[in-house]
Amino acid sequence: MSPRPGFILEVDKSTPPTMFWHGEGFRLEKLPEGSRVIYAPEPLDPVKDVFETIENTLENPVGDSQPLSSLLFAGMKLSIAFDDLSLPLPSMEAPDIRQLVIEAILEKAASKGVDDVTLIAALALHRRMTESELRHILGDRVYDSFSKSKRLTQHDAEDPDNLVHLGMTDKGEDVEINKTAATSDLLIYVNINLVSMDGGHKSVATGLASYKSIRHHHNVKTMVHSRSFMDRHNSELHSSNWRMGQLIKDAGVKIFQIETTLNSSSFPDSFGFLQKREWEWKIKDRLGYVGTSTALQTSPPWLSRRVMHSIRSPYKVTGVTAGEVEAVHDVTIENVYKQQLVEVQGQSDILTMGIPYIGPYNVNSIMNPILVYCMGLGYFFNMYRGKPLVRKGGVLIMSHPTRNEFDPTFHPSYIDFYDHVLTDTTDPVEIESKYENTFATDPWYIHLYRTGHAYHGVHPFYMWYWGAHALDHLGGVIVLGGDPKSVHRLGFMSATTMNDALEMAKGIVGSDPSITHLHSPPMLMADVK
Amino acid sequence: MIAEQLSGKNFFITGSTGFLGTSLVEKLLRSVPDCHLYLLIRPGRRSTASDRMYKEIFKNDCFDNLRQIYGSQFNERISSRVTALSGDVTTDGLGLTPDELELLANCDVFIHSAATVSFDAMLDVAVEVNLCGPRRVAETVIAARDRFAVNKPHQLIAISTAYVAGRRRGYSPELPLDETSFITDLDWRAEVKAARSVRGDIELKSREPERLELLQKSAGRELGAAGAPLIAEKVEKLRIEWVHDELVKAGVARAASVGWPDAYAYTKALGEKALLEKKTEIPITIVRPSIIESALAEPTPGWIRGFRMAEPIIISYARGLLKEFPGVPEGIIDVIPVDMVTSAIIAVAARGPKSANGNIFQVASGSRNPLKYATLVDYVRTWFQQHPLFDSDGQPIMVPDWSFPGRGRVQSQLERATQVLKLVEKTTGLLPIRGDQAKFIVNIEEKREEIDRALGYVELYGTYAETDAIFAVENLLQLFNLLDPLDQQNFNFDPLTIDWHHFVTEIHLPSVVQHSRVKTTPTKRNSYTRTSRHLNVILSPQRQLAVFDLENTIMSSNVVDTYAWLATRRLPKSKKALLALDLAIQGPSLLALDRKDRGDFLRSFYRKYEGAPPERLSKDSQELFNAYLLKKTYPAGIERIRHHKKLGHRTLLITGALNFVLEPLMPLFDDIVCSELEMNPNGTYRGRTLATPPTGEARASILSEYAKKHHIDLRESVAYADSTSDLPMLEVVGYPVCVNPEPKLAAIARKRGWHVEQWNKANGLPPIFLPIGKRL
Repeated sequence: MSPRPGFILEVDKSTPPTMFWHGEGFRLEKLPEGSRVIYAPEPLDPVKDVFETIENTLENPVGDSQPLSSLLFAGMKLSIAFDDLSLPLPSMEAPDIRQLVIEAILEKAASKGVDDVTLIAALALHRRMTESELRHILGDRVYDSFSKSKRLTQHDAEDPDNLVHLGMTDKGEDVEINKTAATSDLLIYVNINLVSMDGGHKSVATGLASYKSIRHHHNVKTMVHSRSFMDRHNSELHSSNWRMGQLIKDAGVKIFQIETTLNSSSFPDSFGFLQKREWEWKIKDRLGYVGTSTALQTSPPWLSRRVMHSIRSPYKVTGVTAGEVEAVHDVTIENVYKQQLVEVQGQSDILTMGIPYIGPYNVNSIMNPILVYCMGLGYFFNMYRGKPLVRKGGVLIMSHPTRNEFDPTFHPSYIDFYDHVLTDTTDPVEIESKYENTFATDPWYIHLYRTGHAYHGVHPFYMWYWGAHALDHLGGVIVLGGDPKSVHRLGFMSATTMNDALEMAKGIVGSDPSITHLHSPPMLMADVK
Repeated sequence: MIAEQLSGKNFFITGSTGFLGTSLVEKLLRSVPDCHLYLLIRPGRRSTASDRMYKEIFKNDCFDNLRQIYGSQFNERISSRVTALSGDVTTDGLGLTPDELELLANCDVFIHSAATVSFDAMLDVAVEVNLCGPRRVAETVIAARDRFAVNKPHQLIAISTAYVAGRRRGYSPELPLDETSFITDLDWRAEVKAARSVRGDIELKSREPERLELLQKSAGRELGAAGAPLIAEKVEKLRIEWVHDELVKAGVARAASVGWPDAYAYTKALGEKALLEKKTEIPITIVRPSIIESALAEPTPGWIRGFRMAEPIIISYARGLLKEFPGVPEGIIDVIPVDMVTSAIIAVAARGPKSANGNIFQVASGSRNPLKYATLVDYVRTWFQQHPLFDSDGQPIMVPDWSFPGRGRVQSQLERATQVLKLVEKTTGLLPIRGDQAKFIVNIEEKREEIDRALGYVELYGTYAETDAIFAVENLLQLFNLLDPLDQQNFNFDPLTIDWHHFVTEIHLPSVVQHSRVKTTPTKRNSYTRTSRHLNVILSPQRQLAVFDLENTIMSSNVVDTYAWLATRRLPKSKKALLALDLAIQGPSLLALDRKDRGDFLRSFYRKYEGAPPERLSKDSQELFNAYLLKKTYPAGIERIRHHKKLGHRTLLITGALNFVLEPLMPLFDDIVCSELEMNPNGTYRGRTLATPPTGEARASILSEYAKKHHIDLRESVAYADSTSDLPMLEVVGYPVCVNPEPKLAAIARKRGWHVEQWNKANGLPPIFLPIGKRL
């Protein structure tokens, strides 16, 4: 039986309550009759044999590219860059697809006598990964052999000795990327394309770039004009990356792009209820829900968090494409859309969503209030093609505890952003002009980014900019079940129950509003007509 | 008419800065047009007698009426009518110059109002002022009169107290004490001699080794490991306090042994006796007021100066601290408004020197218009029920019912409460707690001090609520009746005219509440303004240096857990827990050593690093920082360091921790002063420090050296620390900040008004039970 496509349910009397993510836990909410609930397509069938698919892909590249084996030669300098731990979410069961692809490349390289190989984790301004995280992505064999010879590196966007300025785009954007990568005879990039925002020229132009370069597209203006940044052809963010990618190519950096796509089976059997539509829950799913959510509710947040972050997803590979960046990416995007796209007719007054315990920037860590904001207004709000799911001036209701909790190791600048910037203003434009430079150039944050495991000092700003388009578009944001103090700090309202939230929303959009719920997991993208 | 009788007269007044004295000066200036006043005022340490006169007398709101009448000419008019004379009633000749003595001789009326009115005065001081003072004034006047051959009808009016009657019950006449049945054949000269030698004895006793040892112990309890110089300073302070307390005790004991409730009444009584020996040489009148309270009408109803006897008791009751106050319900509380006393004194002065037998006037209410203790209590309780005070949370304080218990019961109740609180304080003081829990202990200490104070009131003033004496006022009334009706209005001192209900509820209580700075509105105390004011000063660009302690100031970690983490990092799993457990077992003894002397503790603890490889430790320290220390830092602390840096202040870390552990913190500080280990010849660490670890008082000298080297003014610098062992460092800078202070430091910070910060670890992290190093 082939997987069912996405589905839009209209809530009626007989509809069971709808499940919402609520941080490390869940809520069941009875949505008003007539509300729409959007469900993602079921997980696509994976490729039959991953090893064979990889092998085939490497030798049959798309676009203007030679097969990998003919690009490799003895004495060459080879760099293999790979996506960091922010993908996929949650982390996949071992072996990670990146490990499989990299092992295949290394085998080929070895057989061609290539011995100057460097692995580069394409961190951009993300935190350096820990040993166990790298081991998870690369597997012990690759990790041990490369870390011993110091050939396993993590991109450092603040390392003056290992960055090279390749020039400026015609729009005046600096292109400055990792020197090791740029000066290699071949740069192979191994990605995981979880959502349509990932991949393409963004892989190298952002993943291996310096702050000086990234700031040209990670800013309020670009973000407001990316509608959405999940839709590359309507995204100013991507246009900029594509200009940079072109420049990188023209500068003579030879890139062999390998993009992979996964299906949407993001949770293991023990969390089976998460993957199913509520009215199809069996006794086992119901028990699973009650058991899990009670256990999570009664545990202290740190313990629930530890449990949830230990989940590994049984993702299966749906495609591996290699070759020239743009050609590869076109195929990839098609694969992503096939898994995630759901056609939706028209916008609604209110959009509801549950915010999960995890996002790209808090793997093995705390989803702090700023990340909650980013997940709702940056990530989920932008999961559309065409126009947003909610009308201009509409209301977003998102569910998350939004506790005042921060990880001082991973998110030090977030704490100061929360305590000193948000207390002053929540306006992205003002924040950008008043504070970005101080945080971005702060020596202490740079020190922690380079030697510790901290996100770059500017990172919370980018989180705030992600939401700029939504802030601009929405008439109000209500956080369901959110800590009132933290929610207020974000500039939003908090509500204890869904009924309260809806009543508050009616004050903004008028009585008898239309409601759409973006159901997750799994992830979906709305094609709003 | 009084004004006419006194017109053009010169007055010499002592004690004019006191409650009664100020009122007297005001009334004379306002009601007797042409008189001139010479005020004997003791110069202050930094101010002249004249300075004190303007500051302490004429700035008082007592003169608001006159200020209004005189307008812009106030100062001018005052200075033309009042002359300050620098002197002191405890010095023979009052410390006056020959010129001033001539002025003195030319005065007509001498009003001696100077006294030490506190009931817990030191014996020798009370004797010098209250006993010898009046006689000294008389002698000086007589000597000056003879020297400058002035022949004037001089009159000396000495202010005494009705309570010279002592513990007598029943009728107390307006007679010299030796003409009453009261035992007064005490030789006052012998009393003076004995009192003067008591101080010497007590001073000697205070220096005995056993005493000093006790003082040393209690200094240690209060300051903890603050280092020898500070402890020494504290011990000397405690010794002086001890001498003071012993002298007070000596006063109470001597007074009680001869039949007076306290040193005040005892010295006053003997003072009268010593003075009256001079009555043949100069006409002497003695005015004996009872308990003087706020003004009935003049200068304004309710006017009061200073906190006196009944006020603290009333306020303690209204704040719920004093649940009961001893007293006999039918007993009479003899209270008299200050303006009545003032008027009586002036009327006595206007009457002029008269025959010997009419020369004592008691100004008291008890016999003519008695106020029963039960009535007073009832008025007070009802009033505070209608006008409650509010606690710091903005909740009204309910006043308790009064059951008129005996003094013993109240005393033992309060003593029990003090004992319990002391015990709690002592036991909790031994625990290694800080932050919010420490605040709790500070609150207990505050409560204990309040109860101590309440106990003090009961001990001091208890007898006054239990006195059964009735003070005769026949002389006073006779004087009043002889006055012109207009004078009777303007200089009213007939106690019958007091409407007690009106006086207590409309005049006295509102005034007491207003003067005591208590909360009368239900708003929550707003500490924001004070905190932000402190912060503004601390974070002013003018500051030059910000120096930080490490442990518990910017992170909740210490040398023991960092060692445990580093030592377990490369151990097999099975042994990790063992090592951590072993350290946990050693914990209490390590803690004890640490408390005794931090330097010794560090030196002995660092022996554990014997043979450790520097390179590996340095690498592991980086991980220690990322995996462990960062989670234990206080983000607000880190932010503060960076804030100082941004303001252009130098930042300095002083800690006993080891240099390699601190490496990741380097970018935060301009300099780090820390411990370093010696090296073995084979390149491993030797478990010995290169120099004395920078702890305790060493920090003060390090800081001073550092400041000198970098041309920094420490008075313009800020220091952050958490424990009393950092006191030397906190004390050398101008802006000390206590971070999550331990109880002892919290108490010190509260007393000295130092800024206190509560910095916490970031929320949401899992608790760390054992400091075990693990692979990231």
